[in-house]
Amino acid sequence: MRREIPLIITFVCGITMIVQFFIPHEPFGSMKSYFQQSYMIIAAFAMILGICNLTKLHVNKIRYKRPHWGYSIVLLAGLAGMTIPGLFVGAIKEGGIFDFLFKNVHVPMQSTMFSLLAFFVASASYRAFRARTLDAALLLVAGFIVMLGRAPIGDAMTSFLPEGGQMSDVANWIMAVPNTAGQRAIMMGAGLGVVATSLRVILGIERSYLGGD
Amino acid sequence: MTRRPHRFLRRAVLSLALPMLLFVLLVATGHAQSSAFDRPPAPVTNVALKDAPDDAGGAITISWTLSPDDAGGAMDVIGYDVRRSTSPDGPFQTVKSVPRGSSEAADETDLDSDVNYFYRVVVKDAKGEAPSVVAGPVQAKVQWFNLGRLNTLIATIIYITLLLYFIFHAKKGKKLFIRRLAGLDALDEAVGRATEMGKPILYVPGISQISDVATIASINILSGVARTVAEYNTRVIVPNYDPIVMTVAQEVVREGFLAAGKPDAYDEHDVFYVTTNQFAFVAAVDGIMVREKPATNLFIGMFFAESLILAETGASTGAIQIAGTDAVAQIPFFIAACDYTLIGEELYAASAYLSRAPLLLGSLKGQDWMKICLIGCIAVGVVTLLFGIESFRDFFETPLMIFRQ
Repeated sequence: MRREIPLIITFVCGITMIVQFFIPHEPFGSMKSYFQQSYMIIAAFAMILGICNLTKLHVNKIRYKRPHWGYSIVLLAGLAGMTIPGLFVGAIKEGGIFDFLFKNVHVPMQSTMFSLLAFFVASASYRAFRARTLDAALLLVAGFIVMLGRAPIGDAMTSFLPEGGQMSDVANWIMAVPNTAGQRAIMMGAGLGVVATSLRVILGIERSYLGGD
Repeated sequence: MTRRPHRFLRRAVLSLALPMLLFVLLVATGHAQSSAFDRPPAPVTNVALKDAPDDAGGAITISWTLSPDDAGGAMDVIGYDVRRSTSPDGPFQTVKSVPRGSSEAADETDLDSDVNYFYRVVVKDAKGEAPSVVAGPVQAKVQWFNLGRLNTLIATIIYITLLLYFIFHAKKGKKLFIRRLAGLDALDEAVGRATEMGKPILYVPGISQISDVATIASINILSGVARTVAEYNTRVIVPNYDPIVMTVAQEVVREGFLAAGKPDAYDEHDVFYVTTNQFAFVAAVDGIMVREKPATNLFIGMFFAESLILAETGASTGAIQIAGTDAVAQIPFFIAACDYTLIGEELYAASAYLSRAPLLLGSLKGQDWMKICLIGCIAVGVVTLLFGIESFRDFFETPLMIFRQ
């Protein structure tokens, strides 16, 4: 029964969601919002579970002096430093301690992490654009044209060419035709995969998510 | 001598009459203009009411012909108020306001199904307003079927039929050919490498919720990876972005170790929650990669802007990296920074590919056949449209039109 009950719940919920997609009449019409609300409630309680898991993990790390346990102190201090003001000292209102920490510590750190992306784009491009194979060479040429086409210098270099043949026009064509075609092909394949996976889960053929066959 | 006074009189009359005539004309024109701006706008006509189709009875569509002072005339209309009542005598309450130039509005405000409603559209300008005649009654009907999704239903039925056919076909023991997926073939090699190096494997199941099918596909792959890892006596680290995904991942990894006959090797501290903040999660996972130096990194599931930061950090540590996602915008980043990438549908095929279970493989075959059907339809559609034949394209709209009529 440990396996059958989750499978039955999955089947009933899956079929209900398919039916409500096509039938707006009650009771199916409000099923989607009912399931979404239920999910939100479960997610809220799961958050408590997550925080407990995080705290337990790092408290144990500090207690048993596991490698890099010093970082765990920083993590727990950060957790307490944001949670206590948020819950007890002035809550999340503007001008409070939580608001100050959020705007002056959290947001700048988040922006710093996001800014790293620019450097990683450069290093990844360097690796991807080494024209060792035909595919990489094609990628290099396409990337070169698109980058030039997006900057004023691209059109300036090709200003002698007629309208429609300038760098920005070629860049737009690459983005609108081969690029869009490739993206759509991937999306259609993924869409079919999503339906097939969903059906396998609903019919109980796919049970890996329950922890085994 | 006698003609002089006549000429003088005529000139005097003309010189007085002309300015007077001009004055009268100016006054008359001015009056006409000012009266067009002073009076309320002309009301709208042809108010038509229609129950909104394919819904649960919560909307009515109201359309009308624009006020003559909107499209032309005084051109001073500000907008229109749609007013509703349950009686033709009122009182009418405004349920929707739309700007000038609008000739249609949808009322979705607290409508009960199967109740008679009456509407009037009121046109407004700076000087006043003018209501239309009362239109109605109309009822918001609850529909039993969303006809707008009929084509989706037909395609879904065809697809499910194909899938079920191949699943039952596979059940009979028929051998099915599945093309090789390099990324999944490399999994064993990657786990073996980690074992030889005595280092852990990092598995990131994406940064989405369990309701995302890509996350479910990732969890399915994690199940197979956990079993292999347990067989090789290696450690797998699974940091999680979502607490619900964490609980599922914990269960899946535990079961994987159990299935491999090594339940004691499972360490619950290796599958843990980090944070639901995107870049804080990235910082934590990057930290794990730099400190623990995993031999293999697996990024499988739904990823967003953090994909390249994760993959590049992993590449800098020298780990073998296998990624898999259906997030189209992130695929190029993974291809550039990882050794192997499962693209789109390969992510959903991975579980079947790894387990080799006939029922799962059967569904892959059905997926391929549906893809062939789609490619065929697209090819025929392109060719027929190139030759100016629109009937093939219209064929896909035909069922909808027939049922609507």
